[in-house]
Amino acid sequence: MALLASLKNIVKDFGAIRALNDVSLDIQKGEVLGLMGDNGAGKSTLVKTIAGNFQPTSGTFTMEGKLLALSGPSDARRHGIEVVYQDLALCDNLTAAANVFLGRELMKRVGPIKVLDRRTMNARSADLFAELKSETRPADLVNRMSGGQRQAVAIARTRLSQSKIVLMDEPTAAISVRQVAEVLALIRRMRDQGLSVILISHRMPDVFDVCDRVVVMRRGQKVADKPIAQSSPEEVTGLITGAIASA
Amino acid sequence: MSSSGPHHMQVDLGAAKSSLAARLFGTQEAWITLAILALGIVVSLIAPRFASSGNLLNVFQNACFIGLMALGMTPVIISGGIDISVGSILGLCGVTLGILCNAGWPLPIAIAAVLLLGIVCGSINGVIIAYLRLPPFVVTLATLSIGRSLALVVSNNQVFYDFGTATETLLALGGGKTFGLPNVVYALIVGVIVLHFLLTMTRWGRYIFAVGGNENAARLSGIPVELIKISAYAFSGMMAAVTAIFLVGWLGAVTNAIGTGYELQVIASTVIGGASLVGGFGSAIGAAIGAILVEVIRNALLIAGVNPFWQGTFVGSFILAAVLLERIRSSR
Repeated sequence: MALLASLKNIVKDFGAIRALNDVSLDIQKGEVLGLMGDNGAGKSTLVKTIAGNFQPTSGTFTMEGKLLALSGPSDARRHGIEVVYQDLALCDNLTAAANVFLGRELMKRVGPIKVLDRRTMNARSADLFAELKSETRPADLVNRMSGGQRQAVAIARTRLSQSKIVLMDEPTAAISVRQVAEVLALIRRMRDQGLSVILISHRMPDVFDVCDRVVVMRRGQKVADKPIAQSSPEEVTGLITGAIASA
Repeated sequence: MSSSGPHHMQVDLGAAKSSLAARLFGTQEAWITLAILALGIVVSLIAPRFASSGNLLNVFQNACFIGLMALGMTPVIISGGIDISVGSILGLCGVTLGILCNAGWPLPIAIAAVLLLGIVCGSINGVIIAYLRLPPFVVTLATLSIGRSLALVVSNNQVFYDFGTATETLLALGGGKTFGLPNVVYALIVGVIVLHFLLTMTRWGRYIFAVGGNENAARLSGIPVELIKISAYAFSGMMAAVTAIFLVGWLGAVTNAIGTGYELQVIASTVIGGASLVGGFGSAIGAAIGAILVEVIRNALLIAGVNPFWQGTFVGSFILAAVLLERIRSSR
């Protein structure tokens, strides 16, 4: 495995509150990294820092040897960092295809003007949904969709570009058991294609099912970072609650 | 957004899955058109004068002024905002047009200046709403008051009916006809086509819908939410200025009270046409049709000999009926 990206000594303050305290983290190419921790432990802040939503107060973020200073989510996306948000961040009033391409619409030229290229966006979305083995239809409105279909839309978004890191925030929290298996299968498929996936989850079985490595956060600090094979659900639970200080 | 929002103004229809007729009658616009026709037929039976070509043309022309502003209101409402300052922007722009023409400015330059003024007024609304994150209702309530007051200040409560060398052209523009139809009707038709194109075929339109559907998602997708909001209010201000130009030309005079109370008719038209005040839904055609319905109600009541005091009750009932209709259709 090769090192893809690396966070060094990241600190993030919100006023007087230190949300991230000296967090360092390596992200390997083609691995699924499980990020665990209780609510408020700093998982979301860490993810949002990687995704460019937050600029760290101090510390560095390098990817493929280059120092990154992300100005925002679209900047992060340009560097191949994609996020599937917990609330899925979809526009209910738009179609599945419109959501997949939101913020990077395909245009076509009609005479002197450029207009949305709906046909191509629908076709490419259909391909992505087929690849995800989802029955989502590109031209359907998202507000009529099931949790699994919404998940497919959110994941399809990350598949548009040549992404390197996909951050997934609780992707299995709000969907049925059958769909959980689908999402986990998808995560494996992404890894097999050489993508690095960071899976933020509360669901211990999912993490132990699909992850190669587990990182545990508590009170803004990283308290564990080890191969999943060398850990156990009991140990991780202890690390999350603080019963085990670090591992 | 509720999870069962209306589905009629699908911005991305994609492949035709259902028949044209079925799709058409899934839209608020179609139902409002039916309501207009039904109302028209009933009133024609009571008072045949309603259906005379002269009266119908008059109805259409009157509806155009509100319709133009409703077009401006549409992107604002789709993006989840509201602009109740449009009547005051119209007033300020109208008075300014009077002053500039009176001072001898050539009409094209005066018109350009007034359009710019409308855009600036709208942008001020937009900047305050987008960057200071104040509620649109309160911000535009404040600018409603400020705009009307500024109209008084700059006009010094004068009435303008002398537009200098521009008088003839301005009156012809606002009150005249081309090929038998009032000029303002062409303005509305062009406005509907342009806005429909912008809303359904361009990135800007897509982002207006996205901001209204889920502002957070739009921001996370890298959409410049603030700029999109500002552009919506700037567009609304510009349409108020366009309306001012036609209205002043039609009336042949400007008082500083011009456009007072229009905001409610404009919002009523937009909502009757299917725009959702929680954002995310609306269309150019709906706004225009909504404006026509409001004017048909007004005119029909007058012609049918109903005491005009009842007008508000009827318009209000139609607003409620339109919102209920939308609810019923979307819950199916």
